[in-house]
Amino acid sequence: MRTLTTRGRLLAAVAAVALLAVACGAEEDPATEPDAAVDDTIAGDTDPADDVGEEEAEEAEVTAEGPITVYSGRNEDFVGFIFDDFEAATGIEVEVRYGDTAELAATIVEEGDASPADIYFGQDAGALGALQDQGLLTELPEDILDTVEPAFRSREGQWTGTTGRVRVLAYNTDLVETAELPDSILDLAEPEWEGRVGWAPTNGSFQAFVTALRVIEGEDVAREWLEGMIANGAVEFQNNTAIVEGIGRGEVEVGITNHYYLFRFLAEDPDFPVANHFLPGDIGGLVNIAGMGVLASSDQPDAAFELVRYLLSEDVQDFFGQNADTVEFPVVPGVDAPELPTLEEIDPPDVDLSNLEDLQGTLQLLQEVGAVS
Amino acid sequence: MSIEAPTTSDQLTRQLPDGPRRPRVGSRRVAGVHPAIWVPALLVAAAMLLPALYLLVATADLPLARIVEIATDEQTLRLAGRTLLLGTSVTLACLVLGVPLAWLTVRSDLPARRFFAIATGLPLVIPTFVGAFALVAAFAPGGLVQEWLGVLPPSPYGFWGAFVALTLFSFPYVLITVQAGLRGIDPSLEEASRLLGNGPVRTFFKVTLPQLRASAAAGGLLVMLYVFSDFGAVSILRYSTFTRGLFLQYRSAFDRSPAALLGLLLVGMTIVVIVFEARVARDRGGQFGARGPTRAAPAVPLRAWRWPAAALCVLVLLVGLVTPVTVIVYWLVRGIAAGEQLNVALGPAWRSILSAGLGALAAVAAALPVAIWSSRSSSRIARLVERASFTGYALPGIVVALALVFFGIRLATPLYQTLAMLVFAYVVLFLPQAVGAIRTSLLQVNPNVEAASRVLGSDRLATLRRVTLPLARRGALAGGALVFLTALKELPATLLLAPTGFDTLPTRVWSATEEAFYTRASIPALLLILLGSVPLAVAMIRERRER
Repeated sequence: MRTLTTRGRLLAAVAAVALLAVACGAEEDPATEPDAAVDDTIAGDTDPADDVGEEEAEEAEVTAEGPITVYSGRNEDFVGFIFDDFEAATGIEVEVRYGDTAELAATIVEEGDASPADIYFGQDAGALGALQDQGLLTELPEDILDTVEPAFRSREGQWTGTTGRVRVLAYNTDLVETAELPDSILDLAEPEWEGRVGWAPTNGSFQAFVTALRVIEGEDVAREWLEGMIANGAVEFQNNTAIVEGIGRGEVEVGITNHYYLFRFLAEDPDFPVANHFLPGDIGGLVNIAGMGVLASSDQPDAAFELVRYLLSEDVQDFFGQNADTVEFPVVPGVDAPELPTLEEIDPPDVDLSNLEDLQGTLQLLQEVGAVS
Repeated sequence: MSIEAPTTSDQLTRQLPDGPRRPRVGSRRVAGVHPAIWVPALLVAAAMLLPALYLLVATADLPLARIVEIATDEQTLRLAGRTLLLGTSVTLACLVLGVPLAWLTVRSDLPARRFFAIATGLPLVIPTFVGAFALVAAFAPGGLVQEWLGVLPPSPYGFWGAFVALTLFSFPYVLITVQAGLRGIDPSLEEASRLLGNGPVRTFFKVTLPQLRASAAAGGLLVMLYVFSDFGAVSILRYSTFTRGLFLQYRSAFDRSPAALLGLLLVGMTIVVIVFEARVARDRGGQFGARGPTRAAPAVPLRAWRWPAAALCVLVLLVGLVTPVTVIVYWLVRGIAAGEQLNVALGPAWRSILSAGLGALAAVAAALPVAIWSSRSSSRIARLVERASFTGYALPGIVVALALVFFGIRLATPLYQTLAMLVFAYVVLFLPQAVGAIRTSLLQVNPNVEAASRVLGSDRLATLRRVTLPLARRGALAGGALVFLTALKELPATLLLAPTGFDTLPTRVWSATEEAFYTRASIPALLLILLGSVPLAVAMIRERRER
C-alpha cells in the first residue's frame, strides 16, 4: 500500500505540472491581446501603426503591433531565413506555421474570419485560386502587382507569384540518349516510351498541367493523352521527389516533374545520374508559381504587404534564382537565374494561372481514365 | 476434462454473501457505477464525437443528389472494397504474427526472451511514412537491395507492399496488448490442464488462447482501424484506400465537402468493424481467475523449436526495424560524406517528448472513466461511450485536425493553436489505445474483488479508489506507453494545431523528406526511433519487476 501512495503522489505531481504547462500555454494568447488594446487606449490615437512607429522602429515606414503570421506551404529550409532577414530589415516580427500547401489552405477555409494567419504562402496557383474564390484574400496594392510579370499573378489582383517553376522531363543520363528525348510531352504516349515513364497523377503541379492541357488543347486531347499514358504503363509515384528518386535508381528512365527537385539530389549526391530536359514552346513546359496572398481577415494588412514587397525585392528574387537549393524563376522582370534557360527560351504556354482553379474537373477526369484510383 | 471456467466463477459468485448490489458475471449492472465515473465518461465521449459532427456540418453543404452520386459512385465503392480488403488481411496477418510472438516472448524459454519482448514491439515507433519510404529505397527496382546484393527483390508497390508494410509496422498493437493479456492470466488454469494430461499445444489452444480472446480482439481492432486511417504507407506504396481518396479531395480539389462525405462513409465502416469486434470479444477474455495473476508463470520449454522461434523474431526485426534504420543511417552517412551540415534537433526532440508525454497523461486520465464504466457495467450507454472513442482513431489525422480547427477556433478561441489544443487532439486521435489497455486489464480481474470490498464495508467511491484504480494501473501504464508512441510520431494534427513554430521530430522528418533532404531527415528520424523505444523498455522492465 505504501508504494501505491508514493506512486499516487508522483502521478498527482506530474498531473499538476501538466496542468500548469497547459494553463501557461493557454494564457499566452490572451496576454498579448489585452496589452495591445491597452496601448491603443492610452495613446487615444486613431492610427495605432503611427503610435508604435514613434516608439520603436524609426527607420521602417510600416510597422506592426505584434508579429504577423504566415501559413507557409513552402519548406522552412528554403524560406525560413528570408523571413529572418525581413525581421532584421524592418523590425516586423514574423511567425511562421509550416505545413502542406493544400492542408494549410483547407485550414484557412475552416478558420474563416478568425484565422490567425495574415499571409498565405503556397506552392501552387490552385490553392491560392481556391482561397481567392472563397473571398478569403484581399486585393494587393497596385505597386506590388505592377512589380510582377502579369502572367505570374492573379488577374483579380488577390495573389501574386513569388517564384516560377517550370514543368520538365527529367531523365536518367545513363539510360537515355539526349537525342531520344521528345520535343513534346504528348509524345510520351507513343509506343516507344512504353514502360519507361514515371509520373505523379495525385500531385498538385501535375494536375495543374492537366488542367492547362484541358483548357488549351481541349478535353478530348487531354483524355486521349492520359489514356495513352496509362496504356503505355506509366509508373505512378506519390510525388515529384519520388519521381526524381526513381529516375536516379533507374526504376524509370524519364519522369514528368518540376525543374527544381533535381538540384536537391545533386546537393546530397553530385554524381546523381539525372538531368532536366526542358520543353520549349510545348504545353508540357507549363510554368506554375509559388505565391502569396494576404488574408482579408488580417488585422495588419500593411505589415503583410510589406512582407510581400520584400519577397519581390531584387535581392530576394536574385537569391531565389541563384541559390543552389531552389534555383527557381524570378517573377520580377529584369532579374535572371543564370543556371536556367530564360523564360523567352522556354516560351511557356500562355495559360491564365487563375484558370487552374477548375481542379474538381481535372480530378474527375483523372479518376475516370483511372490515372488516380 | 475441459475446464468449465465460467461455472467456476459462478460458483465463486454464489459463495459470496448476498450484498445489496451483488454484481453477477456476464450481466454486471450500471447501478454499481458511481457518477464520478459515468459523468466524466460521458463528457469524454462527447469530445470524441467532435470529428463526426464536423463531418456532418461539412457534408451538409452538398445537395442530396450529389451525396447519393458520390456515395454510390463506382470509384467510392471500389475504394471501400480495397480498404476493407487491406484492413482485413493486415489484421489477420498481425494476429497470426502477433499472438505467437507475444506468447514466445512472455511464456517460453526463447533465447534472449526479454530482449525480444521489447525489440519486437519497436517497429511501432517508426512512422509509416518513414517506414514505407525506407522500404521503397531498399526494395524498389534499382534500390539498395539490388545495388548491394545484385538481386531484384519482390516489388514493394501495390497491395502486397502496403500489406507487408502495414503488417510490419502495426502488428505490435496486437503483440503489446496480448503480451499484457498473457501477463494478466493466472497460470493455475494452464497447470491444471497439463495435470489433466493435455499437451502444451492443446493447452495453448484450449486454455490460453480463449483467455486471450479479448486482448487479441482489442489489438486487432487497433490494427484494422489504423489501416483505415493510414495515409503515409498507402500513398508511398501506391495502394488506393478510402483515406487516400479523401486526401486527394483535399489536396487536389480544395473541396472539403466531398472529402467530408468520404469521411462519414469511413465512420460508417468503422461502426461495422467495432460492432463485429464486440461480437468476437464478448467480454470472455477475463474473469477466469478470481484475483488475476498470483505469480509468474513458469517458462514453457520450446526444445527443438527454440532456435527456429528465435529466427522468426530475428526475421521480424530485420525487416521491420533493421531495414528502415539501415536506410536512415545510409542517408546520414552519404550526407556526411557529401559535406552536409547536420543539425542535432534537440529542440524538436524535447517538444516531441513534452507534447506526446502530456498527450499520454491526458489520454490515460480520459480513458479511465470510460474503461472502468464499460468494464464494470453492462449498460448499453457504457458500451456506446467506449465505442464512440474509436471515431477519431479510425479517421485520417487530417480530418480530425481540421475538425478541431473548425471547433477550436470557434469554441475555444484562447486555446486555439496552443499546447493544450494539441494535447486535446492527441486524446481525440489516440484515446482507444488507452481505453483498450485499461479495459482489458480490468476485465481480467473478477468484479467479485470489488464486490468483496463493498461487502467489507467500503462505499463505492472508496472501492473505486482503493481497489479498481490500482487494478487498472497495469493497463494505464501499457495504454499510456502506446499513446505516447503514437503521439510521438503524429504529423497532420501537429502541423495544424501546435503552437506556431512548435516543430517536433516528425514534422522535421516530414519537411525534409518532402524536399528530398534525406540527410537532414536522418537524425530526427533516428531520434524518433530512439525516443519511442524508451517507454516500451520502461514499461517492460517495470512489468518484470512487479512480477
